[in-house]
Amino acid sequence: MSVIYLLLSVSVLVAIVFFIAFIYSVKKGQYDDSYTPSVRMLFDDELVKEKTNK
Amino acid sequence: MNTTQCYHCGNDCDTTTIVFDKKSFCCNGCKTVYEIFSENELTCYYDLQQNPGAVPKEIKGKYDFLDNETIIEKLLEFNDGDTQIINLYIPHIHCSSCIWVLENLHKLHKSITTSQVNFPKKTVRITYKSSQISLKEIVLLISSIGYEPYISLEDYEVGKKQVDRSLLYKLGIAGFSFGNVMFLSFPEYFEVSEFWLEQYKHIFRWMMFAFSLPVVLYAGSDYFISAYKGLRSKILNIDIPIALGISVLFIRSTIEIIFDLGTGFFDSLTGLVFFLLLGKFFQQRTYNYLSFERDYKSYFPIAVTRITSKGKEESTQIYNVEKGDRLLIRNQELIPVDGILINGDAQIDYSFVTGEAEPVAKKSGDKLFAGGKQLSGIIEMEVLKSVEQSYLTQLWSNDVFKKDKSSSFKTITDTISKNFTIAVLSIAFIATAFWLFIDNSKALNVFTAVLIIACPCAIALAAPFTLGNMLRIFGKKKFYLKNATVIEQLAETDAIVFDKTGTLTTHKENTINYFGSKLNHIEKSILKSSLRSSNHPLSRNLYHFFESEETITITNFQEHIGKGLEANHQETLVKIGSSSFVKNACEPGNLDTSVHISFNNQYKGKFVFKNAYRQGVSKVFKELNEYNLSVVSGDNEGEKVYLEKYLPQKTKLLFNQKPADKLNYVAQLQKENHKVIMIGDGLNDAGALAQSNVGIALSENINVFSPACDGILDASQFNQIGSFIKASKKAVQIIKYCFLLSLLYNIVGLYFAVTGQLQPVIAAILMPLSSISIVIFTTIATNLVGKKLK
Repeated sequence: MSVIYLLLSVSVLVAIVFFIAFIYSVKKGQYDDSYTPSVRMLFDDELVKEKTNK
Repeated sequence: MNTTQCYHCGNDCDTTTIVFDKKSFCCNGCKTVYEIFSENELTCYYDLQQNPGAVPKEIKGKYDFLDNETIIEKLLEFNDGDTQIINLYIPHIHCSSCIWVLENLHKLHKSITTSQVNFPKKTVRITYKSSQISLKEIVLLISSIGYEPYISLEDYEVGKKQVDRSLLYKLGIAGFSFGNVMFLSFPEYFEVSEFWLEQYKHIFRWMMFAFSLPVVLYAGSDYFISAYKGLRSKILNIDIPIALGISVLFIRSTIEIIFDLGTGFFDSLTGLVFFLLLGKFFQQRTYNYLSFERDYKSYFPIAVTRITSKGKEESTQIYNVEKGDRLLIRNQELIPVDGILINGDAQIDYSFVTGEAEPVAKKSGDKLFAGGKQLSGIIEMEVLKSVEQSYLTQLWSNDVFKKDKSSSFKTITDTISKNFTIAVLSIAFIATAFWLFIDNSKALNVFTAVLIIACPCAIALAAPFTLGNMLRIFGKKKFYLKNATVIEQLAETDAIVFDKTGTLTTHKENTINYFGSKLNHIEKSILKSSLRSSNHPLSRNLYHFFESEETITITNFQEHIGKGLEANHQETLVKIGSSSFVKNACEPGNLDTSVHISFNNQYKGKFVFKNAYRQGVSKVFKELNEYNLSVVSGDNEGEKVYLEKYLPQKTKLLFNQKPADKLNYVAQLQKENHKVIMIGDGLNDAGALAQSNVGIALSENINVFSPACDGILDASQFNQIGSFIKASKKAVQIIKYCFLLSLLYNIVGLYFAVTGQLQPVIAAILMPLSSISIVIFTTIATNLVGKKLK
């Protein structure tokens, strides 16, 4: 079997994996709120700092 | 004046400053919140943002209805007996500190498992265990830290909402296929008859076919459905040439690869659908946290306190309130039904209904109307009508509220697509007929090529991108529209109807006039000093009126809630308050809000409060001179002379208008073939707002209630109305230029198509090129227009 078939199927497979990941994330509601997570991810750092101070 | 800012809420601490933990607070409420936070190691709240808090309000008894199991059941999003999830709307959410503290609720109470904030929607989703903490306790807990949730009758009915994410799926699929098809079709663009390419092109082509299947069948399905609907109602809408284009592209490409005639147009096909969906997505994004569909339900509470025949208090659902029931209305609670005041001191704030901010005093036996808010103490009332039959709520049974405005509006794209479709079809047939005579082998090729190249991708994109971008620009200038179509509707209007109270006037500022015998300096100082200790809104206003006076010491200060206050300065006794309090007599027939004063029981005079007109009212009216202008008001004719002087001559002034009259007036204008903008603010304008072509609600605070409308305008932008209308006219102009531009592309494409030399690569270049250049053009043009807005 020619290597190009292998390459094609691998590349499509990888693409489909990412596609499924996208569909899954939409379904889980990750795109419903595109603002709060961007703020939330900054909090944890400050919390840790707070604790180490003590 | 003392200008220390409260560490918690940022208000000026002008009367009392409480110092705690080296920080100053304006009131005990704010201090308590700080104490709660510092005990639970949540002071990080103040590091993220300065003065982020809100003053916690007195809410004793307000949430008693949350003891009622059936009401809780309706509000919960999820309930499996042990774990419960509730989604609460909290208007105060406004900064990162809010997110942080609300997501750390589990530190305040260990039975709260998780809490998650949705910032754009201003909601918090709390998971908790009802065996250890009740919903009421949670609500009281978050209220005590200044985040009082807003629970209304609307939440009771809606139940669980389903989110529609289909457009996102479709966009994902189209994008995924588009990318893959581009890769697969790329080798054949250069048409080199090379050995390897010849060998493998069939597998490449069939893979492209496979990728475009979900695009045609799923992602593009909306266009087929819409085209079918259009045909059935005999309207040639823009989706017909699009659906035609998609199907011709797909069928021709499939035939080409089956008979090995060429590569097909799968790249253009998937690209086309992807761009179209992108346009749709761009237009669909609106303001999540604003609701444009609200009626009285989102304003009314879920439950009220009923007094049973045995004299017991019980919390009851509002729809169960019947005629003859006795209700208990507490301070800051809303009167849900029409009724008669039995006892208690009623100060009713009808600002949501009429826009009039000053409370109206009522005495037992007076009629109370639904929609008013009680401001002082507890009152008892007897119900005259059920919720749906009350004076105010009846307005919603009018047919206007059942009509969908946008469905009857013909957009500019609809108008042009009719001519466009006819033109494309006739060119296709003429060209085919021509080729049938010359070279009939090419006839079918030309026919399909015309339909492919004329597929109005650019035209379909022009309006969504222009209006979508304009919508965003308006939003930045604090003018929030329901959807993009409103801009087109705004551009077409030729008449404007203004409400007076709350719209032309503002209740943030008052003009205060004094009537009575003249006051000397000492008397003014005494007044100022006594007012200083009172927190009544009228006292605060009057206090600032005497700003230049000195303060002196007063003794024996006493405040009688709902009546007034008295105080001593040396031998002088001063009384400030309602006329019945100050001189033991009511002034009949006087509707003005006034504060009376007396010294040593000798009547001096009264201060009359009037709402001030917004700045720039006269300028706005002058700017809009070419429009048919009118002012409708629910008030009496008291201000007629003043308005006539202030506003342009031809402005029609109507007074004593009931809510239904306002609606009818708008309908009357529409019968005279006017397209009407209604600008109002209160619930009493709701009918007129719904009837008008474009209803704009003016709001001092956009997060607080505003009636159903097409757009919400922040009150600070009132004098920009003229510019907004002008900008929307320009937006429509931009769309027209886009149509011209895309027609140019079509003519170039049609040349290739008609002459029978359309190669897939030309289509693949022309289609994205036209779409992208249109998008760039509209973005630049709308931003230029937006820059002119203040």
